[in-house]
Amino acid sequence: MSSATETATVTMGKALNLALHDSLRDDPRALIFGEDVGKLGGVFRVTDGLSEEFGAARVFNTPLAEATIAATALGLAIKGFHPVAEMQFDAFSYPSFQQVTSNLAKYHTRTGGACPMSLVIRIPYGGNIGAIEQHSESPETYYVHTAGLKVVTPSNPLDAYALLRAAIADPDPVIFLEPKARYWMRQELALPVAPQSLDHASVARAGTDATVIAYGPTVAVALAAAETAASEGVSLEVVDLRSLSPIDWDTLYASARKTKRVVVVHEAPIFMGLGAEIAARMMHDLFDALVAPVERIGAPTTPYPPSRHEKLFLPDADRILEAVDRTREY
Amino acid sequence: MADVISTSPMRSDASPPHNPIAELLTPEGTLTAEGERLAGVSDETLRELYRLMVVMRRLDQEGLNLQRQGELGLWGPTLGHEAAQVGGALAMRATDWIFPYYRDFGMAIVRGVDPGKLLTIFRGLRHGAWDPHEYRFAPFIIPVGTQVPHAVGYALGCKLDGDDTAVLTCFGEGATSTGDWHEAMNFAGVFKAPVVFLCQNNQWAISVPMSEQVAGRIVDRAAGYGFPGVRVDGADALTVYAVVQMAADHARRGEGPYLIEALSYRLGPHTTSDDPTRYRTEEDGAAWRAHDPIARAEERLRQRGAWDDAFASACQREADERAASMRATLIAATPDHPASVFDLVYANPPQTLLRERDAFVADLAPDAPQEGH
Repeated sequence: MSSATETATVTMGKALNLALHDSLRDDPRALIFGEDVGKLGGVFRVTDGLSEEFGAARVFNTPLAEATIAATALGLAIKGFHPVAEMQFDAFSYPSFQQVTSNLAKYHTRTGGACPMSLVIRIPYGGNIGAIEQHSESPETYYVHTAGLKVVTPSNPLDAYALLRAAIADPDPVIFLEPKARYWMRQELALPVAPQSLDHASVARAGTDATVIAYGPTVAVALAAAETAASEGVSLEVVDLRSLSPIDWDTLYASARKTKRVVVVHEAPIFMGLGAEIAARMMHDLFDALVAPVERIGAPTTPYPPSRHEKLFLPDADRILEAVDRTREY
Repeated sequence: MADVISTSPMRSDASPPHNPIAELLTPEGTLTAEGERLAGVSDETLRELYRLMVVMRRLDQEGLNLQRQGELGLWGPTLGHEAAQVGGALAMRATDWIFPYYRDFGMAIVRGVDPGKLLTIFRGLRHGAWDPHEYRFAPFIIPVGTQVPHAVGYALGCKLDGDDTAVLTCFGEGATSTGDWHEAMNFAGVFKAPVVFLCQNNQWAISVPMSEQVAGRIVDRAAGYGFPGVRVDGADALTVYAVVQMAADHARRGEGPYLIEALSYRLGPHTTSDDPTRYRTEEDGAAWRAHDPIARAEERLRQRGAWDDAFASACQREADERAASMRATLIAATPDHPASVFDLVYANPPQTLLRERDAFVADLAPDAPQEGH
């Protein structure tokens, strides 16, 4: 409604709320639905106030059935709507897995391109909130391994706003992973935000001695590590993937060529995690440019631990700095 | 459209769903004389049902022949489904949508999908062979029952848009064991979506008989989700046609979903990869062979004095011609360039995929088909 810039300090949760609000305002075909997204505003309040403002025909609760939440989004997309469906927690997206992988991801191909799946599935993910079992998972590998999906995750309020709006505008199905431990992270947001592309990594901090590749919840951890390293005279570059599928190799390779040392950090298990793909590609494509093996930091091959133990399992600045030191031994 | 969600705090207090169609059926699930009068099915429509069933059976037989001759990798015969598929599809308006299951070959024929192109799916040429918007006919879905909630989503969209549209979705009795099916039924009931659920209960899910698949009766599930259900004689095209049409009108009027369980019998194998001799005998289907949908339609036409042999011959001739045409279309179909597999993964493909495509094309053997052919 206004071209004037409005600046406010907002949490990531609020930034997401604003993105949903502005998409509903600007796109008459946008719809929001899921469990508890109506009057309650979602368990994390990301949809707070939206059903009141836009009405129950555009923002509505659904029965507790994730497969059909995803499948309903598919049917609505055929009808020309732009659904934004919410899965309440990471592990609760698993009942929708068949619909997402077998139908949503393949419908564009199956219909010869006649039925694009312009929809978003929002999933709060990651740990570090002291939750009970099934509320702290990092399911990204499941989704990035399925062609036809795009998978993105913001690490800060500004990206949360920009990426969610880009995801809603995109003609393909987007799995939008929200790092729930960062819902309360604050940042100054100046609206309107210039439209951003969905598939570009960003250099969150420039540096010269080693590259730390992170995404979602681990970007803040990497930035903290970089701050500590700087005080010790080591310059770390932090690259925020933002898009997990596709991966912006150009930005990653440019950073790796510059620093010659790479550490990848995520909450998900190391085994077959994003770090495995990044390390394998870099070994192949940058064999001559790197001076040390790519280091990976992530979870062991265990279920997510009880929350009293989670700090011992989550990546922290010390683990990142130790990994950087290992790359600097070469 | 603020009434998408019921604001009633205690929906569970609702009385049992009113079931007007049930009153027009005999205990065997055929339309009563009164029902036939109310449905007002013309002789012309009855002849159309007959004609399309003759065509469907002939094309299905040709599909089986083509598989046996090595021209198709797989075929899922539809013998025994003629009445349910032709009756169900013909009952819907051209503006209505159908979300089929993988055996709905007859529905595709009714909707005008080119059967020769459809068969390219079973020849391994492509995963989908028609534009769903052109025919208001969604693609065949392989994972059992997962198309049912798609229909509910589309129907919800019709309601949100205020369209005068109803949606039909089909599935077998095996699908009613899946979670997606139950979820879809509940969503439809909660949203009062304009959708008709047509169960083609052919009594066999590959080798598992209905007795090992279904506890209670499928039709009774509907009441649990707050809408009516009827079980009909699925070998009687007139009954299926009339009942689906009434159910679709009920949905269009904003009165919510209907479940129709069309009881029939899968006279053939599950697919050409199946061997029914391992789990059932010829006698198992004998009663249903005597209850043939095409013979039933002929009988109804004769009862109305609307039968003539010249019409029947013309139907058979048309069926033979279309079978030959289907075969010719299929045999003439050529594979797309292998790199086309990359082209439809996304509407807005990422650079990484385009690079993979380039690498794939560069790696193709020199004798591979060239792009553009």
